[in-house]
Amino acid sequence: MSVRDTNVRAHARKGSNVQKTPGVKSTKAANKEKISSVCDETDVTDEEKTVEMGGGRIKGLVKPPDQLKLTDIEKKEKITKVLTTHNPNAPNNIARWSFKDRCFKPCVVDHTMHIFELEVNLVYKNSEEGRKEMLKQGLHEDDATVDTGAESDKEKTETSATPVEDGGEVEEAGEEDRPDSAASKTDKKEPKIANVFACSRATQTLDNPPREISCQIEPLPRSSFSASANQWEIYDAYVEELQKQEKNKEKQKAVPSEKDDKSQKKMVLMEAQEADFKKVKKEAKSLERMVNQNIYDKIVQDFAYYEDPADEFRFPKATLLPLWKFKYDQAKKLSVTALCWNDKCPDLFGVGMGSYDFCKQGSGMLLFYTYKNCSFPEYIYPTSSGVLCLDIHKQRTYLVAVGLYDGCVAVYNLKKEGKEPIYKSTAKTGKHTAPVWQVCWQNDDMDNNHNFYSVSSDGRVVSWTLVRNELVFTDIIQLPLIGADPEEPELAQMHLIPCGTSMDFHKQIDYLFLVGTQEGKIYECKTYSSKILETYEAHHMTVDTVKWNYFHPKVFISCSSDWTIKIWDYTINTPVLTFDLKEPVGDVAWAPYSSTVFAAVTTDGNVHVFDLNINKYEALCQQLVVDKKKTKLTHIEFNPTHPIIIVGDDRGNVNSFKLSPNLRLKPKGKDGPEVEAAKMETLLALLRKPE
Amino acid sequence: MAGTGEGKKEEADYKRLHSFPLIRHTDMPEEMRVETMELCVTACEKFATNNESAAKMIKESMDKKFGSSWHVVIGEGFGFEVTHEVKNLLYMFFGGSLAVCVWKCS
Repeated sequence: MSVRDTNVRAHARKGSNVQKTPGVKSTKAANKEKISSVCDETDVTDEEKTVEMGGGRIKGLVKPPDQLKLTDIEKKEKITKVLTTHNPNAPNNIARWSFKDRCFKPCVVDHTMHIFELEVNLVYKNSEEGRKEMLKQGLHEDDATVDTGAESDKEKTETSATPVEDGGEVEEAGEEDRPDSAASKTDKKEPKIANVFACSRATQTLDNPPREISCQIEPLPRSSFSASANQWEIYDAYVEELQKQEKNKEKQKAVPSEKDDKSQKKMVLMEAQEADFKKVKKEAKSLERMVNQNIYDKIVQDFAYYEDPADEFRFPKATLLPLWKFKYDQAKKLSVTALCWNDKCPDLFGVGMGSYDFCKQGSGMLLFYTYKNCSFPEYIYPTSSGVLCLDIHKQRTYLVAVGLYDGCVAVYNLKKEGKEPIYKSTAKTGKHTAPVWQVCWQNDDMDNNHNFYSVSSDGRVVSWTLVRNELVFTDIIQLPLIGADPEEPELAQMHLIPCGTSMDFHKQIDYLFLVGTQEGKIYECKTYSSKILETYEAHHMTVDTVKWNYFHPKVFISCSSDWTIKIWDYTINTPVLTFDLKEPVGDVAWAPYSSTVFAAVTTDGNVHVFDLNINKYEALCQQLVVDKKKTKLTHIEFNPTHPIIIVGDDRGNVNSFKLSPNLRLKPKGKDGPEVEAAKMETLLALLRKPE
Repeated sequence: MAGTGEGKKEEADYKRLHSFPLIRHTDMPEEMRVETMELCVTACEKFATNNESAAKMIKESMDKKFGSSWHVVIGEGFGFEVTHEVKNLLYMFFGGSLAVCVWKCS
């Protein structure tokens, strides 16, 4: 109900039609509170008329043309009509569940029905509201109606009055609209009537006061420069620059070698111990030798003075006196593959370490021992591949040529620091394609360049010349293919390529050399021609060593794994002497002091020493020199000055022995190479006789 | 006569040898130095007879590349004392007889 009340009031306030309606006053009075929109048509028309009258201000009654014309009696007749507020069409039995009361409740049905609704903003000026409105405008206006919203209308009416007032009016209106003017708000207690018309509004906000910010960076650093330019200064500058450039060029040329030195030095420095050691190297070395001298004093005494007194009684038999043993821990898994004495320092010898076993190839080592210090090598050069042969230059004993299993030949310089060879052949520079079995230094060529020869399994004999920074190669001979031999086609298919395994140069004729091969043949060749002078069908197996006699120019010796040693006269195709040692022979060597003495090692660990002058058929001395069984002896070499031999085995050890006096017998009274040669000659003559 | 002939030869030799740009003094960073030097060479070769135009060209190019304000002096003989921003000075000789000084100071 309250909702409806307010509705009615709203009507009453906004529309001024309710108050003065003479036609329906009586009927409406009763139901003033409950004005329903369901009412008589006539009433409505009356109302409209009054509205028209009010709005249009037309005095007098205006009758619609179709109004019934009634007589006075008829007019006075009272017709009673009851208006009810009930809507006969509205449902009256709606019930809804009330959650609040937890039961069904009859629902209130709204009986109100709006037929017509019109909102008007005209207010009757004599009404309470109108007066208030007048007051609000604050004014003395006589206008019947006040249009609150429409300012433009007001302005129109008021411009006719006074312009000054008008200005004030506008100002006031402006004040009213201004939202932040507190004064106008306090004056008016009534709610403000909204402006329904769109009109321009202006607002003004506070201005942000301007501020100034400034900063300063540090000034850019400056400096001053002064110079003077003139022709002679410019000229001098150019000359100086050119000189500098020339110097730089010279330096650049010199730089590479310096760098090499530096890198070598760095390598040395890397090993801090060695670096520290370097300062006292000399002292430490002499100290080490002194200690060794003390430890091995007895051996030194034996070496110098001991002569086996028993020899006199057991002639012609002889013995070997063991002296120093040379060992190096890091080389103990390698076998000795080459031995070579230094001609100028008779106590120094080189040892090549590698392996003959095809399956056990790896790195190798080049060692130099002196018997002044048998506990540690004098020089150590590790190599990437196994060393198979080495030769020390006869005059320049610091130069060492080495042949490796991978086919390389290399030259080491003992005087230079560092572990790298000074020359090494590469694939570009004629490297052998198979293991290099023998290298031999030769006399310097006409340009005084050092050169050496190598022989390899690839069948080539190559001459290497040391020219400044490189190793120049020249192929000397290609060993003939075995396929050329028509008698043994099967064998030929098996080994088409002849493998050179050993070589030796003639002691007097420097262009003549022998090459032993894997097939057991020995070829006699010259360095300046690729022709083979002579072929010897020497052995049935690999020729391990072939060596010219030191004294007799025609005689050479060869040994092979086929258990034999053969002595040859190079003018004869058949061996002069043959010795069967019942074991594969690893190496054989002529004694440097006698033309008839030679020594051989066999794989069972025996050393055989022969003196043909004393016994042409049997060794004077056959001695087992290894500690352990299965140790194979690989190489033997005579010391060039002392009566000493060194023997290498396949465990990396080198043993030295002193030859007993019976092995060193010399013709009495006479001495010299001619005597030795003659001794051999007589022997050969003796051997030829039976033929 | 022979002496003058030799003199001429020497002169020619001198001109040939001394034609390269020679930096006498600079505190520029490497990249800037190279660029400036090349610019100077280009300008001096382009305006071989007119140092003023060469200097103008160098100045304008330098202003564009490295910001204002650059100053350039080109001549066969002059003395100077300048204040410059650090790392913005190049003093070089070129062509055997020209001195070029380029500096920045704004």
